[in-house]
Amino acid sequence: MVDEYAVEIKGLTKKFGDFTAVDRIDLKVRRGEIFGFLGPNGAGKSTTIKMLCGLIMPSSGSGTVGGFDIWTEPEEIKMNIGYMSQRFSLYEELTVMENIDFFSGIYNVPRNKKKQRKAWVLNMAQIEEKKDHPVKTLAGGLKQRLALGCAILHEPPIIFLDEPTSGVDPLSRRNFWRLIEEMAGEGKTVFVTTHYMDEADNCHRLVLIHRGKIIAEGTPSELRSSYMKFDIAELLVDQPFVAMDILRDAGLEASLHGETVHVSLESYESCQDEIGRILKNAGLTIKGIEKVPPSLEDVFVTLVEGRE
Amino acid sequence: MGERIRHLVIKEFIQLLRDRRMRAFLFIVPVIQVFVLGYAATFDVNSVSTVVIDFDRSSESREIIRRFTSSGYFSVKANLTEDREVIPLLDKGKTLCVIEIEKGFSERLRKGIPSEIQVLMDGTDSNTAMIATGYVHSVLKKYGSPKGGTDKSPFRTRIWYNPDLRSKNYMVPGVISLIVMLTSLIVTSMSIVREREVGTIEQLMVTPIKPVELIVGKTIPPALICFFDMILVTIVGLFWFNIPIRGSFLLLALCTAIYLLSTLGIGLFISTLAKTQQQAIMATFLFFQPAILLSGFATPIENMPQVFQYLTYLNPLRYFLVIVRGIFLKGNGFDILWTEMAMLFLLGFLIFTLSSVRFRKRLN
Repeated sequence: MVDEYAVEIKGLTKKFGDFTAVDRIDLKVRRGEIFGFLGPNGAGKSTTIKMLCGLIMPSSGSGTVGGFDIWTEPEEIKMNIGYMSQRFSLYEELTVMENIDFFSGIYNVPRNKKKQRKAWVLNMAQIEEKKDHPVKTLAGGLKQRLALGCAILHEPPIIFLDEPTSGVDPLSRRNFWRLIEEMAGEGKTVFVTTHYMDEADNCHRLVLIHRGKIIAEGTPSELRSSYMKFDIAELLVDQPFVAMDILRDAGLEASLHGETVHVSLESYESCQDEIGRILKNAGLTIKGIEKVPPSLEDVFVTLVEGRE
Repeated sequence: MGERIRHLVIKEFIQLLRDRRMRAFLFIVPVIQVFVLGYAATFDVNSVSTVVIDFDRSSESREIIRRFTSSGYFSVKANLTEDREVIPLLDKGKTLCVIEIEKGFSERLRKGIPSEIQVLMDGTDSNTAMIATGYVHSVLKKYGSPKGGTDKSPFRTRIWYNPDLRSKNYMVPGVISLIVMLTSLIVTSMSIVREREVGTIEQLMVTPIKPVELIVGKTIPPALICFFDMILVTIVGLFWFNIPIRGSFLLLALCTAIYLLSTLGIGLFISTLAKTQQQAIMATFLFFQPAILLSGFATPIENMPQVFQYLTYLNPLRYFLVIVRGIFLKGNGFDILWTEMAMLFLLGFLIFTLSSVRFRKRLN
């Protein structure tokens, strides 16, 4: 238990028949860090997490979680982790309190600590006044926090969160990240997957996974600087969809960011005028153009498109 | 270990009892079943709808009709005068039995010439037709014997255990075996499949809970409910239908526990096959129907073709039916029922073990 790493895996692979969902992944997660596991749907994020939590067996490779071997010590691992999936797996017919009771019993929370842990969950999820309501009547954000609370009633040092913010409103998402930061502040390791790139900036370190393979890793700022050799121009136009297609037809890498279009350029200064010309020829007017620092989404788009 | 099972059991009971439809299924359906099988599913043949065509119109022919009516087995619906009205009545199922007394019946009788009566029977339901034919014979035999009187035959038949030959006595104890099986199949398989459907099973599997604890925690609630239902059906049988219970109730409880090994095991097995709750229900009935037919619940096993008789040895229902009827009607004890109990235990042990192994594999 003295190793530096909370999670360490080597060559981890999972095959479903002919399909390789996770392909020889290596990674290390330090204790006390918020580790982001990013990638589009179907990239292999959930499969990796499930192998680490002992829900499915890997096809090959090795790994440890909390110092315990994923092949031979799944029971020890389960005592040391909390796991929460995007389905917020609670018992909908049961009340908030009954769910908390149930999970504290299943996790064998010691008798003298039970009361304090239950109160902690109610407080953390801000759900005190709803404690006798059936879970099915709760809003998404509350369910999400309750699911987290139930998953960490036993105070595990390592917490796995699989798409914890999907299907939840933006305010709840922000609150939820504040909770994650608090937990990391208390020394817990948080291993979180998401496909919301804007959330990735909250992580200490990131791994980008695509089609079962790791395509980049580093801190958010490392990713921005080392993987982005390009400048990013942000365009404000009337018809962003049309503009994106025109620029792509012209051989440029363009993607949609909200209302704006991002174009990656060798050099912003030398190409700025050319973009204006291309769009003008197509009958579109540019309402604004400026050079912006690359977002993680830009990095991701560039990396993924570079591989396709 | 006990702590986790206790919490699982409490949770299961909350889920089962909070659902209104589930409550109805667990506690009202069994009572309905007893009533339906107690009243409707009866082999007793009485008030056979009968049509009489009396061409003779004599005091003798009227006496015969009176005897049919007063026997209690026949209800004479119409007294026709023409032959051709009869066939449509049989075709439409309006009558089961037609008694035709020819003209000259009484005259021949008086002269001492053998006289005949024609009886037509609807044989669609062969069982009822056979029994009704038997009644016809006994009515006519009594009429034909000298001075309408006493039976001189040297045979005296005495019927044991169920002297009035009440079908209820045979059917109602059998209901216990059906209810226990259906309840354990549905409750066990549904509670597991639902967790898989909703995704909570995954949440359980990342906790330190062991598969054994999961199996025990998932089978205790249906087992307790089955015991409750068994007592419920017994009470209704005793106090409403006046079914005797001549044997030991404790033995019945013990045998129910042994029987539960099989039924819970099959429920567990179904949970490993089904992906959705609908599939679980489908699988339950696919198993349940043939299990009833091959159990001796309604039709005797001895009458089945040899192959099917062998199949019944694999059916836990078969053994439990013998036990239940033996305890209720014959007052059998362990000394007589031990072979059935041993077979039931062996079968249950095998089924439960195999299902548990399969269940554990499915979890990973």
